[in-house]
Amino acid sequence: MLDFSLVTEYIPFLLKASIMTLEISILSLVLGLIMGIIIVIMKISKFKILSLFADFYIWVLRGTPLLVQLFLVYFGLPQIGIELDPFTASVLALGINAGAYIAEILRGGILSIPKGQMEAAQSLGLSYPTIMRRIILPQALRVSIPAIGNESITLLKDSSLASLVTVSELMMTSQRFASTNYAFIEFYITAAILYLVMTTIFSFFLKKIEFKLSISER
Amino acid sequence: MSNKVKDHLHPIIEIENVHKSFNQLEVLKGINLQVYPGEVVALIGSSGSGKSTLLRCLNGLETLSSGRITIDGTELNYSPRSIQQIRREVGMVFQQFNLFPHFTVLQNIIEAPMQALRKSKAEAVEKAIVLLERVGLKDKKDVYPRKLSGGQQQRVAIARAMAMNPKIMLFDEPTSALDPELVSEVLNVMKGLAEEGMTMLIVTHEMKFAREVADRVIYMCDGIIEEQGAPAQLFSNPTSNRLKSFLKNVI
Repeated sequence: MLDFSLVTEYIPFLLKASIMTLEISILSLVLGLIMGIIIVIMKISKFKILSLFADFYIWVLRGTPLLVQLFLVYFGLPQIGIELDPFTASVLALGINAGAYIAEILRGGILSIPKGQMEAAQSLGLSYPTIMRRIILPQALRVSIPAIGNESITLLKDSSLASLVTVSELMMTSQRFASTNYAFIEFYITAAILYLVMTTIFSFFLKKIEFKLSISER
Repeated sequence: MSNKVKDHLHPIIEIENVHKSFNQLEVLKGINLQVYPGEVVALIGSSGSGKSTLLRCLNGLETLSSGRITIDGTELNYSPRSIQQIRREVGMVFQQFNLFPHFTVLQNIIEAPMQALRKSKAEAVEKAIVLLERVGLKDKKDVYPRKLSGGQQQRVAIARAMAMNPKIMLFDEPTSALDPELVSEVLNVMKGLAEEGMTMLIVTHEMKFAREVADRVIYMCDGIIEEQGAPAQLFSNPTSNRLKSFLKNVI
């Protein structure tokens, strides 16, 4: 029969593992945002070579499984002399992958900014980098926040893939306890609940940020 | 030419045989025009006549197909650095205001002086307050643009352009997007600028304003300057038939 009391003594470990999941997710989100901004700037650049590179990046990273990308980073790179610990490899793979999606989200955001904003900024004698940094990107980011929110929740769930390269995050830890106790339902339901709690917290903060930004312009 | 303008002055804007096409469509078909310091020039004409395009060529928002524009002795070319330099001396006010919505009124005004002219914040703010006082919106300095009426937004936009200490101000249908009762507050600010001797080019449909404030009125039609002259003469004794019928329709 199901025995959830079994889980209780493992709770501290599961919570610790959840923290690890959060760490991976947040770090790769930050990396994803940085990559996304870099790639979108290349994408809209007037230099053909840069925008072609951005197209290529997005094409490859969206068009291949994240798991393949993660394995290439973790198992593949050592073959050419780059050894990464499992945690770093996971953050790198997840972040680089998220960068492709975030770049596309930001591109949509940038395209939604009226042309007059660029023209007004140009007519004031601001340089292109300044216009992007001060006028266009801040507005594009605001517009993109709901979509980036979705992406960050996807990222949090995708971080479970790190269990396959031996990071002791929530999935890996649950798996271990589930099989040693032969209590799969109990541990996986507990894991699901913990994921749900984390994604809920994520959404809550995103709502807050969205609300705060909209207030500031009222 | 107006009595304010003395003959020995060099033109501050020289437009020589300017052509501009968008793909197949030729919008400007050879414009020659000189504007002197302190002159207020109103550009009138029906939509599609090329007057807004001409204005946008003056600060490089449009590139020329051929011809030459010289601003205050510097020929317009399109290297980023030189075009930025020109734009800092040529302010522009748009039909749609184009204030930065994520900045407060004050931030809108101090942004370019701080970023482009490397002014200190204190200096930029001081100047901004003076400008806001002039356009009658000092009490709105910490408000975001969307809280303002169209007329107020446009006055902020004028203050924002003036914060760069431009030598020339371009107005692209500055009152066309405004409710009728808000037009005069913007025109009054512009009138104030004109009286202080600012060189101004104004694309407008406000004939009364053009008559009252402009030193010279230019009627554009089909990409050329069809007729120009002092407002009194041009409005009372138009010579070209097209201008006659245009005036009949708008007044």
